[in-house]
This record gives sequence, C-alpha cells and structure tokens, in this order.
Amino acid sequence: MTDFLQLFFSGLATGAIYALAALGFTLLWQASGTINFAQGEFVMLPSFIMIAFVSAGLPLLAAFLAACLVAMFLLGWVFKRGVVDPLFKYGMMPIVVATIGLSIAMRNGIRAGYSAEAHPFPALFPYELYKIAGVTVTLSDIGTLALALVLVLSTQAFLARTVTGRAMQAVAQNTESASVLGINVPRMIFYTFAINAVLAVSAALLVAPTYLAKFDMGESLGTKAFFAAIIGGFNNSRGALLGGLIVGVSENLAAAYISPSYKDAVALVIFMVVILFKPQGLLGRKEERKV
Amino acid sequence: MKKSTWIAGLLLLAMLVAPQLLKNYGIYLLTYWLIFIIATMGLNLTVGYAGQKSLGHAAFFGIGAYTVAILTKAGISFWLGLPAAAAICFVVGVILGFPALRVQTIYLAFATLGFNTAIWLVMRNEEWLTGGTFGINNIARPSLAGISLNGNLAYYYFTLAVALAMAALLWGLLRSPWGKAFTALRDNPIRAESLGVDIRSYTLLSFAIGAAYAGIAGGLFASLVQFIEPGPFAVGASIMMYLMVVVGGPGYFFGPVLGAAVGVLLPEWLRFAQAWYLFVFGIAVVLLMIWLPDGLLSIPDRVRARRQSRQASAARAQAALAATRSAGAGT
Repeated sequence: MTDFLQLFFSGLATGAIYALAALGFTLLWQASGTINFAQGEFVMLPSFIMIAFVSAGLPLLAAFLAACLVAMFLLGWVFKRGVVDPLFKYGMMPIVVATIGLSIAMRNGIRAGYSAEAHPFPALFPYELYKIAGVTVTLSDIGTLALALVLVLSTQAFLARTVTGRAMQAVAQNTESASVLGINVPRMIFYTFAINAVLAVSAALLVAPTYLAKFDMGESLGTKAFFAAIIGGFNNSRGALLGGLIVGVSENLAAAYISPSYKDAVALVIFMVVILFKPQGLLGRKEERKV
Repeated sequence: MKKSTWIAGLLLLAMLVAPQLLKNYGIYLLTYWLIFIIATMGLNLTVGYAGQKSLGHAAFFGIGAYTVAILTKAGISFWLGLPAAAAICFVVGVILGFPALRVQTIYLAFATLGFNTAIWLVMRNEEWLTGGTFGINNIARPSLAGISLNGNLAYYYFTLAVALAMAALLWGLLRSPWGKAFTALRDNPIRAESLGVDIRSYTLLSFAIGAAYAGIAGGLFASLVQFIEPGPFAVGASIMMYLMVVVGGPGYFFGPVLGAAVGVLLPEWLRFAQAWYLFVFGIAVVLLMIWLPDGLLSIPDRVRARRQSRQASAARAQAALAATRSAGAGT
C-alpha cells in the first residue's frame, strides 16, 4: 500500500508537468484553432535558454524570468506572427504540418548549434525526503506538484475572473461575436500565445532538473501533453489538468505493476479508450460535424 | 502528348540509365529512394486522395519489414513473404481504419501516431519475435527465376519493376470509380455519403491499401538493408513520411517521387551536415506551408492559374476597350 501511494504521488508530480504543457496546448487550440505539434520543443528550448542565462551568472529565478520574456517574444509573438497568422486562412492541417516542421527545426537547431548531449539543470528544490504516514516523498515532488497546481489554477482563475481573461474566453468561444462586442481579438490571441510560452518555460523549469535538458526531450513530453489534453477534453482547460494527472499516475503505476518497457503505451491505451467512447474527452463538449 | 507524360517518360529513362553511371553506394541510395516512393505512394492514397490523416505509416513499413525478415529467417521464400507482408498490413490497416470512422482530423492523427508507438514498442520489447534492439541481421536477398538479386544493381532493377507495377496499380485504381470515391471522401464526406458512397468501407479501404503499399515497401527494405532494428520504424519516420507526401504535393500522382527525394536522397547526400540539414528542412517545411500549402507539385497549377487569370483580365480589358470604342464611334 505504501508502495502504491508512493508511486501514485510521484506520478502526480510528473502528471502536473504534463498538465502544464497540455494546458498551453488546449489554450492555443481554443483561442486560435492552432494544434501546436512543437509543444514539446516549446518546453525544450526554454530549458536551454535558462541554462544559458544561469551559466552567464544569473540566479535561477532571474534566469527563469528572463527566459519567460524571451519565450513570450520567440514562442509567443514570433511564432504567432511568423507561422500561425499566415497559415490561419488555410485551416488546421497546414498549421499542424508547419509546427511539425518547426519542431524538427528547433530540435536539430539545438542539436547542431548547441549540443547533442544531455545537460544537467540546476535543481529548483533541495534534495530532501519526508516521511508522511510511512510514505516517503521528495521535496522536489511536493514542490513540483504544488507549483504546477498553482500555475494551472491561477491560469484558470485569470481566465474566469479577470476582464482580460473573460475576453480571451469570449474570443475562444466565438471570434466574430467577440470582435463585434469590441474585444481586440488579435491582442487576446497574442495573450494566449504569451501564456502558453510562460507555461512552457515553467514546465521546463520543473521537468529539466529530473529529466535533464536534451535536444530531443520534447518528443515524448509533447506526445504525452497531446494525449493528456485529448483525454481530459480538448476544448476544456480543466481537462488538461485532469488528463495530465491521469497520464502521469497511470504511467507510473503501470511501469511498476505491469511492465516498465511498455510504460509509454499507457497514455496511448487510455487515449484510445477515451476517443473511441467519448471523443470529446472526459470533460469536453461535443463538436458537431459541419458540411 | 501531355507535358507530364513527357516528364514521366524522361524520369523513367533516367531511372533506367542512372545506376549504370553510379557506384555501389549510389545504386543502394536510389533503391532506398524507390522503396520510399512505394511507401509514400500508399500514404498519398490515404492522405492525399482519401483525405485521412495518418501519422502511423512507418508502423506498416516496419510490419512489412519484420514479416519478410522473420519469414525468410524461418526458411520461407521471399516470394511468399512479400505478399504476406502486404496481406498482414492490409488487415492491420483495416483495423487501424476503425478509429477513423469515429474520429477525424487531428484526433485521427494522434490515434495513428499512438498506434505507431505501440507497434514500435512491440518491435523493441518482444525479443523472442523481433530480436528487440539487436534486430534481425543477415536477411537474405531473393533470386528470381534463377537470377540472383544479391547484387545491388540487380536488386535496384527488381525494386524499380515493383515500383512501376505498384504505380500502375495505383494509377488504375485512381482512374476507377473507387478513385473517384476516395477523392469524394476527401472533399466532402457528408456529401459523398448522401450521394451513396459507402464512406465506411472507403475509409477502411484507403487505410488498408495505403498500408499494403507500406508493407511491400517494408519487405523490400528488409532485404535491401539486410539488417533491421526498431529504429527506422519509430514515430519520427512516420512524421517524415507524412512530410514527404505534403512536401511533394498530396493528391498529386508524382508527389511521392519528389517528396521521397527531398526526404531520403537529399539528407543522405548531405549526410555530413545531417542536423543542420534537418534544421533547414524543418524551416523549409514551415515556409512551404506558408507559400505553397499544396506542395511543390502545385507550382505548375499555380503558374497556370495565374496565367489564365492574367489572360482573362487582359481579355476583359480588351473587351472593355472595344466596347468604349464602339460606343465612341456610335456618337
């Protein structure tokens, strides 16, 4: 039982990181119909930016904030203006293909231009163990889970409570009526891209200490985030949190109780079951076919 | 004769002559290219003509390769192994088609991507069957009517013959009512359904036939490289195949020829700069989507459309001029 709880808890911590990436993914989808295949690379690149800032002598927190600014510019503004805006009129698949191209370019740009090795990343939390009711947990797991939850919940609070956030949701639900109501649609969409960039940097800050920063780290992370987003419900931002936690926990449990070599198939199996029986995801709304 | 027929003829001639001028490695590369043409021809049917989203094509490629490898290792003839590879892929393709009946576009893309991961995990983990990460080596090349296809040149011509046969088959299929049904499925599934096209069977068929092409390509691949391991059949390879189709031009018959050249020949040739090549390739894909979302082969169509619209507007201007003149002459 203690084993189970231990696995469950560390699964939650991993799942919370998936949830961060998945949340950005669903936000982009809702606001602009963008399926970002480079979401994993959007986490990979900031890890290297932060490493660069830290090795330039900045403390980790300052490096994080600086990386947020760089990411908001590169992964927010440049990505929106350079890739999404010109492709928006063609529909969904050209954006998918372009972001696939972007992910290949980012991955290999880092590999060729910086390094093909895995780089250690400064730990956010000191290594400490706690025993709670017989279950050993690390401070890093607790901190990761707490920080990710705070980020996800505050993003949601921002969307639900503030005027800007509600305007963003209005844009996501119906772009035309939003612009009739006087909402600055392009700006709201840019905010979404900026939030996605910040969520990606945060995910990088949490994932890189354990899994190291490497040019191809985005590949599995991105896929897990997609699966998590779809499992939870693609058009619902609470779904991303639920999906991320489900994937993280069940992966961890399956690795221990079923087979570690089939760990990566767990997210896939849940995903398949969900899309076959409830294609809109656990918390999502149904979308009708259009002629 | 049409211009495209000429180009196809010249291409064929070049493919017949080129290996005579090349060294062993060049011939090997051309064979590699042909194999990817066969595989992406199938994907072009699924993606370009029938409009399904498949990011799992490398899984079929792998199933075909492992089928031929395992069967020839067990002493069964390559000539039984290759049809078996196609048949197994056809059946698995039908099965993979079922999610496509429930979900479309991006959901389908992820479902097929996930399927690819699952197949890859089986290849890597089930050592009793696939040799795991050690793979299967010393896969024998076949001989045909007493002629050994062991040499690279002989194997090249054999692959070329198979590729031509598969292309002819696809050409015929696309010209048949089936082909029309596939494009109807792509252009507007609901309208196609209301016109009596059985979209259920055609969706499944588009996956199954595409998969069978990949199976044959995989079988040829196994006996070309003579050593297979799970690496070339991972999700990345599927994504690359999808990009080959998109870059060449989905729904263009010769798209895969061009796409596979960009995806297979060019990177091998520029091997010394591999990561930078992929970096440039990725950027090029982004730019291509922005400027030519229908792929490289849409350039002639686009030029033609532009010329026609220019001619039409010139004709309109002339007609307007003539009209004002005759009006002027009237007064």
